[in-house]
Amino acid sequence: MTETTGNLHVMNRAALTKRLVGALNNREAVIGGIGNSNWDLWGAGQRPENFYMLGSMGLAAPIAMGVAIAQPKRRVFALEGDGSLLMQLGCLSTIAAQAVKNLAVIVWDNGIYQITGGQGTPAATARTDIVAIARASGIASAAWAADEAEFDALVAKALATDGPHVIGVKIDNEPGRSQTDRDPIRFRESFMKAMAQPA
Amino acid sequence: MSSVAEAAPTWHGILRQAFKDNDIRLVTYVPDNVLRPVIEGCHADPFFTTFPCAREEEAVGIVTGANMAGMRGVVLMQTSGFATLPNALASLPVAFQVPVVMVVSERGTMGEFNPGQAIVCRTMRPILDSMGIEHHTMSRLDEAAFVADRTIRQAFATRWPACLIISPLLSGGRK
Repeated sequence: MTETTGNLHVMNRAALTKRLVGALNNREAVIGGIGNSNWDLWGAGQRPENFYMLGSMGLAAPIAMGVAIAQPKRRVFALEGDGSLLMQLGCLSTIAAQAVKNLAVIVWDNGIYQITGGQGTPAATARTDIVAIARASGIASAAWAADEAEFDALVAKALATDGPHVIGVKIDNEPGRSQTDRDPIRFRESFMKAMAQPA
Repeated sequence: MSSVAEAAPTWHGILRQAFKDNDIRLVTYVPDNVLRPVIEGCHADPFFTTFPCAREEEAVGIVTGANMAGMRGVVLMQTSGFATLPNALASLPVAFQVPVVMVVSERGTMGEFNPGQAIVCRTMRPILDSMGIEHHTMSRLDEAAFVADRTIRQAFATRWPACLIISPLLSGGRK
């Protein structure tokens, strides 16, 4: 795993989301953040254990934390954009404070608000290192994935070891490849039904 | 027969019991002075998983996730904290119909000294009303158990968020 941002390959969110979903074999929950994080999760195959958030930008990690606390035996992933996480950085301290072992937060970092026209984030301008923020917030298992192989290894680690884990990924600016339906009641019902099944 | 006189009921003890009676085990909060006895009581009781969050929105997210995974929860906050919530409420527990229970200690009324609190207090009920979130103000000790239990029970039965507002008439408010 990689400690700094100096030597990171720029990867593709849709492709990596497929790699993540392909590694899940035990009804792991995946909470998709607003917009593109969600859409590429949708495009990777519509598992009932996926929850597609609508408008509450920044809350993918807190929602995932709630699922993880309620079900300590299930592994839970949050997929969050860098701009989204910037809105709710405090949640990293909350996650660290509760030492949520079965939680992993994947941060797709392209340095832009892709969905609103590609404006740069203040973090990109300031060269803010989001993984370093996670580590400084008290999440020891926080690392950048330098390439696809390292991403796979970090996902495997998140599936096999105690967290909380944060995985940072530098991604390109390709928009989400598909869009979710907008049917919150159906999403919630199917997610709850899936969460009622043992992990 | 016990020689120890039974302690007089308190609003915070009643509230904690209503959580228990409705199987609310997750208690998230952004700290507040008036709610201190509820927070301390929940921390001291192993029935509850109790912890602070950095923001109220975060707590709403956590309780929403926990609820969908089978664990009921509550968010405790003060009036000004509630005012940070409209987007999170509208797009998450209201849109997805998840019964997030909120308890708000009311500041900004009956002797408030901070003009900002007085103004933000006036936004609270209109925000709740505009989203169709049932809210009841707890102002009397003799009604507290009924109001708390029934409001929480209805939230879970109808799968809709609900809010209990703790009036200074009940809590004594911030001194």
